[in-house]
Amino acid sequence: MTLRRLATYSAALVIGAWVAFPLLLITLAAFTPRDVLYRWPRQIWPERFTLDTILFFVRSTGVLPSTWNSVLVAGMTIALAFLLSAPAGYALARYRFRGRDAVQLAILATKMFPATVLSIPLAVAFIRWGLYDTLLGVSIVHTALSIPFVTVIITSVFVGVSYELEEAAMTLGTSRLQAFLRVTLPMALPGLAAAAIFTFVLSWNEVFAATILTLNNRTLPALILNSVVAAGAPLHYRFAGGFFMVVPALIIIFLIRRYLLTLWGVTVR
Amino acid sequence: MAKIVLANLRKTYGSVVAIKDLSLEILDGEFLVFLGPSGCGKTTTLRALAGLEVLDRGRIVIGERDVSTLPPGKRRIAMVFQSYAVFPHMRVFDNVAFGLRMRGIPDDEQRRRVEEVAALLEIADLLDRYPAQLSGGQRQRVAVARAIVMRPDVLLMDEPLSNLDALLRLHMRAELKRLHRETRSTTVYVTHDQVEALSLGDRIAVMKEGEIVQCDTPARIYDAPASRFVGSFIGSPPMNFLTGTLRTVEGRLFVEVAGGRVAPSGIERTVSKARGDGTVIVGIRPEHIDLAPAPAPESIVAHVVVMEPIGPQKLLTVRAGEETLKVTASLEFHAEEGQQIWLRLNPARIRLMDATTGAAIPA
Repeated sequence: MTLRRLATYSAALVIGAWVAFPLLLITLAAFTPRDVLYRWPRQIWPERFTLDTILFFVRSTGVLPSTWNSVLVAGMTIALAFLLSAPAGYALARYRFRGRDAVQLAILATKMFPATVLSIPLAVAFIRWGLYDTLLGVSIVHTALSIPFVTVIITSVFVGVSYELEEAAMTLGTSRLQAFLRVTLPMALPGLAAAAIFTFVLSWNEVFAATILTLNNRTLPALILNSVVAAGAPLHYRFAGGFFMVVPALIIIFLIRRYLLTLWGVTVR
Repeated sequence: MAKIVLANLRKTYGSVVAIKDLSLEILDGEFLVFLGPSGCGKTTTLRALAGLEVLDRGRIVIGERDVSTLPPGKRRIAMVFQSYAVFPHMRVFDNVAFGLRMRGIPDDEQRRRVEEVAALLEIADLLDRYPAQLSGGQRQRVAVARAIVMRPDVLLMDEPLSNLDALLRLHMRAELKRLHRETRSTTVYVTHDQVEALSLGDRIAVMKEGEIVQCDTPARIYDAPASRFVGSFIGSPPMNFLTGTLRTVEGRLFVEVAGGRVAPSGIERTVSKARGDGTVIVGIRPEHIDLAPAPAPESIVAHVVVMEPIGPQKLLTVRAGEETLKVTASLEFHAEEGQQIWLRLNPARIRLMDATTGAAIPA
């Protein structure tokens, strides 16, 4: 039994290190002075830290507007995804209806088509519809990408709130809608917030669709990718950019990790 | 306060029939218990009464109002759920006041009425707590308080005691009985626990496969079960059922059972109604069998298989011929396992039943 534990912990340690080590290196590099960064042999642990690298990145052309774009896109994605997923999740959690399994499968099936395959036809369609290089266009794609996850999370959130509570409210004189608003919604709120934050991270980190579908109105990841690939941005810009991208996601995941665990642990019934 | 009329209720889920064709009148102020095994349709019936299930057909009248198509909130019912369904995000006070608030009852009256039921259910000092801070029994009281504060025409309870531990259940059972005596509201109660049903009900409606098989007072249900099913479902240990044959010797009518003869009271009237070959089922409760260590007239010979002391008395498992019976005996009764004893079935307590249908043959 102890051997098994040892194996489990070792595996966890290896996986943890595999994820954490690059993050650590990026973080160190992001606070390393520029000259130290280029010195050879490379110091893993710099003797002094500086904010100059980060400030250089933040002050670079396009970074602040792109950050704002990213926030806007994420916000719109959350709104759109919830508009579609919340009713679907509620229905999947509460009702047994004909075609319920098919709907559930169809939602997951959207994951079968990678964005890479869809991107060119999407770009063409978006140009035709006037959505190309707009934040709304990017939001729509991000919505499509996040709907499967958001629906699954919201479904399990609503499954977690006993339907008997809603029924009890109805026997006490509420309508179905009132019962939802006064009983289910307040109880589901933390879980729904977690779903929203998860969507935010998904959109914040998404680079492929954002790059293909925008030209001037870049989101942050698209801007960084473009700077690196097309313009050959210097090393310290890359490190600072990587750090800047990773931190919000990390903080958010840290804050909602409890929900993610319980949510994904609960299978959809 | 109101009487309830259920007329020809039917409910199906796909090909599964939950309620077949159920009609019942429940008197004003009556405590009616639906009793039956799981899946017999008792909870579905209760939920239909509450308006939480849409019926295929049938009419429900509460008081003078036909509520068949009204939503739950407009039926002037209140319900206590099996899981209590106490709102976890609200304090006890807000839980109890929830329904009053939905009815738009003024704040001061809300407070007065909540405090009144809180006192009745002894939860007055819990009003500021959240349900998570309460024990199961306290949550149960909150659920009951939340229902009766509405002063409903009809109080519905769906296995309200099944989630409590044994001791608390005993206590709450008595509390519910006291509550009903004090409020006198028409109560419909669902349970699969026959002791609960016997102790609480003014009448018990025993259900099986979507139908009421017998609806009567607890005493009648216990003493005169309408069928083999009712006899076996109620009573612990349940009624004994033996296969017997009607015979006439020298002008005297009796039932031959397990190698012996018994002559149940009123047997003459049963002959014509028994099956052609004279086979009947003899139903007798374990406490209506007397034990004798020596042969006695009209008794059946048996031997003891197991003897279990069960507190106030002893429970014997005996074999008589092909039949196995449960018999209760006083603590003073002694017998070795394997020992021969004689059973005398109290003729006044024997219930004869049709061997094919299991229905009681009216005596």
